[in-house]
Amino acid sequence: MRHIISLLMENESGALSRVSGLFSARGYNIESLTVAPTEDATLSRMTIVTRGSDDVIEQITKQLNKLVDIVKVQDLTDGSHIERELMLVKVRASGEMREELKRMADIFRGHILDVSDKTYTIELTGPGTKLDAFLAAIDPAAILETVRTGASGIGRGDRVMKI
Amino acid sequence: MADMELTGAEIVVRCLRDEGVRHIFGYPGGAVLNIYDEIYKQKDFQHILVRHEQAAVHAADAYARCTGQVGVALVTSGPGATNAVTGIATAYMDSIPMVVITGQVPTAAIGQDAFQEVDTVGITRPCVKHNFLVKDVKELASTIKKAFYIAATGRPGPVVVDVPKDVTQHKCAYAYPKSVTMRSYNPTSKGHAGQIKKAAQMLLEAKRPILYTGGGVVLGNAAEQVTELARLLGYPVTNTLMGLGGYPSPDPLFLGMLGMHGTIEANMAMQHCDVLLAVGARFDDRVVGNPKHFAKEAHRIIHIDVDPSSISKRVRVDVPIVGEVGQVLDEIIKLIKAGKEKPDQQALKAWWAQIELWRSQDCLKYDRSAPVIKPQFVVEKLYEVTGGDAFVTSDVGQHQMWAAQYYKFAKPRRWINSGGLGTMGFGLPAAMGVQMAHPDATVACITGEGSIQMNIQELSTCKENKLPLKIILLNNGYLGMVRQWQEFFYEERYAESYMTSLPDFVKLAEAYGHVGMTIEKPEDVEPALRDAFGKYKDRLVFLNFLTDPRENVFPMIPAGKGLSEMILV
Repeated sequence: MRHIISLLMENESGALSRVSGLFSARGYNIESLTVAPTEDATLSRMTIVTRGSDDVIEQITKQLNKLVDIVKVQDLTDGSHIERELMLVKVRASGEMREELKRMADIFRGHILDVSDKTYTIELTGPGTKLDAFLAAIDPAAILETVRTGASGIGRGDRVMKI
Repeated sequence: MADMELTGAEIVVRCLRDEGVRHIFGYPGGAVLNIYDEIYKQKDFQHILVRHEQAAVHAADAYARCTGQVGVALVTSGPGATNAVTGIATAYMDSIPMVVITGQVPTAAIGQDAFQEVDTVGITRPCVKHNFLVKDVKELASTIKKAFYIAATGRPGPVVVDVPKDVTQHKCAYAYPKSVTMRSYNPTSKGHAGQIKKAAQMLLEAKRPILYTGGGVVLGNAAEQVTELARLLGYPVTNTLMGLGGYPSPDPLFLGMLGMHGTIEANMAMQHCDVLLAVGARFDDRVVGNPKHFAKEAHRIIHIDVDPSSISKRVRVDVPIVGEVGQVLDEIIKLIKAGKEKPDQQALKAWWAQIELWRSQDCLKYDRSAPVIKPQFVVEKLYEVTGGDAFVTSDVGQHQMWAAQYYKFAKPRRWINSGGLGTMGFGLPAAMGVQMAHPDATVACITGEGSIQMNIQELSTCKENKLPLKIILLNNGYLGMVRQWQEFFYEERYAESYMTSLPDFVKLAEAYGHVGMTIEKPEDVEPALRDAFGKYKDRLVFLNFLTDPRENVFPMIPAGKGLSEMILV
C-alpha cells in the first residue's frame, strides 16, 4: 500500500539525514520526500511517500516517532487528505507538435512558463497520477527534460497537524 | 560579569561535575587538549586513561550497566572517534545509557578534510540514540544536559556530543540547566490503565503461562517486580541473555535462559504456553528463532516495553503496553492482589508437570569424568568459589554462552556482556568499568583466546589503576563458536578458526605486571581459582585454562529454525 507520511521536525542541521538514514538502514523505500521550513522557522515539514505492508508502515511511523528531532508524525492516508505535486516539463515544440502541445497543456491545466522557437517549458500541478497521465498523453520523443518535486500532502477539513 | 565567563573546556568539566559524574574513561588527543587541561586542574571526578578508545567506551558502557548511572567517555576527533564507534554501537544495541564526548576539528576547518577530521555525527548517526555537534559555546551546557537526559530516559542509549576545538576555547557565562524540556522528545513512562487491566485478567486466565523477561527488566530496575509477580502466581520464568539476573537463577520457578542456546524447558515452555508475558524483551532472532515457527501454538501475548517500536516488530502481540516496566508490573501486581481471582491451580499443576518432564532431560549435563578440562566445569567452579556473587563480564562466543548457562546469576546488573552487537573485545574493558564502579567487588572476565586478544592492551590500564580483575580464559585454541558452526553446517571445514602461535599468556600477564597461571588438569581448576580469589585477591590474575578443544555449546537451535528444533548433543 502507498502511504503519505507527514512529519513536523526541529529545523536543525542533520535532521533530514536522520530521516533518510532511517529509511535506508531499515530497508524501507521512499518514493518521494519533500521538506521545507514552516511558518514557524524552528520547524520543518516533511512529506514522505512510501510503500509497505501494514506492519511495515506501523514500524515506519514508530521508528520516525523515536527520532529525537521529530515532533509529530501523521499518516495522511489514514484519513481524507489532499496531495499535490509540481512538475516542470521541457518539451520539443516545433512544427505541428507546437500547437498539439499547447492544447495538451491547456487540457491538463498546465501553464507554459517559458517559450523558445523550439521548446516549451510547462508547469503542471496535481496528484502524481495526473502528472503521470500528462507524460503518457504526449509523444515521448517530445520530452526533453522533466523535474518533479515529489508530493506534498495536507489533511482535509478540520484535520490539522500543528504543535 | 565578564570575569564569570568560562571557556568551553571549563564548561565541559563543570557540566560533568554538576551531573554528578565520578569516573570518566578516555584518551587524549589534539582536539580535546583544552578539555584535558581542565581535567588536570580538577578533583571532582577521576579520569581513567585507557590504551585504546574502544576500551574507553566499553568501560563506560559496563560502568553504566553495573550501576544504572550514565557512563561517560571522552575521545579525540578523527581516529579517536572512529575507534569509539564499535563501543558506541555495542551500547546502542543493548540500550545502555552513555554520553560520549568527542573532540572535533575547529568549526572553521570542518569540511576541509583537516588533520584528524571525520564527520563524527554522520558516522555515529545510525548507532546512537541521538547526537549533537555543538557549534556555539553558548549551547554547550544545555546540550550536555540534554545528552544526559536523552541517554537515561525512555529506552536508554548512547548519545554523542561532538565538540569542535575552538568551542572549547570560546567563553561564555555558565549555568547548568536544572531540567530539560524538549517538545520533540517525551518518552512514555506510565502504561495505559485499560491495557494493564486486560493483562492482569489474561494472566489470571492462563492455563500454561510463562514470563519471558529481557534486558529491559535489568535496565528498568524491575527485577523485584518480576520476582514478586512470578511468586505471587507461581508461574515459570525464563530470561533472555540480556535479562539474566532479572530473576534469581537458582529459584525453582526459573527455567534458565531461552533462545538459540537456551534450555529445553525454557524453549519448550515458550513454544507451548497459552499466555506469554514478555517484559522488556524484543523477540530477537537469537531468542525466538524463526517467528513463523514461533507462533504455532494458539497463545496470547502481553508485551510490556518502554519503546513502542519494539512492540509487534517481529511477533504480533495481543496486549501491547508501552511504559516503564517497573511501573506497569507494580500496577499488574496491585490488581491481582486486590482481586479475588486466582489462577487455575489444576491447570497450573499439569503445566508444571509437563515443564518438569522437559527439565528432567537435564540438557546442560556434560561429561564430568573427562580427563580434560571441560569449560562448563570451570564456570561451575567459578560460581562456587565466588559464592555466586561476582560481577561477571564476558566476550563473545562459546565461553559467553557457557558463562550464561552455568553461572547462576541471582541479582540484576551482575552479568555484563555484549548481547546485541556481539562485540569480541568487550570483556576486559567492561571488567575495568565494573571494578572502577565497585572497587571492593569481585569481578571476573570470562573470555576466549580469540576475544581476549582483541583488547589485550588494557592489561596495562589495569596495572596502572591496580584493578584486581580475574581473567578466566577458556582457551580451546579455536574460535570456538565459529568452529562449532563449521562442524555442524560446513562439513567440518575449519576455515581460519584455528589459531596457531598463541602467546604464552602467563608470560604475557607477567610482562604487564600481573599474575599468570596455566591450568591443564581438571583437578587443578578449583585450587587455581581459590588461589586467584584468595592468595592473589588484590592482584589481577590471568587464568589460562586449557580446555577441551572439541566441546560444543548445547542445546542449540540452528539459525532460522523454530524453538522446538533443538540440537541436544
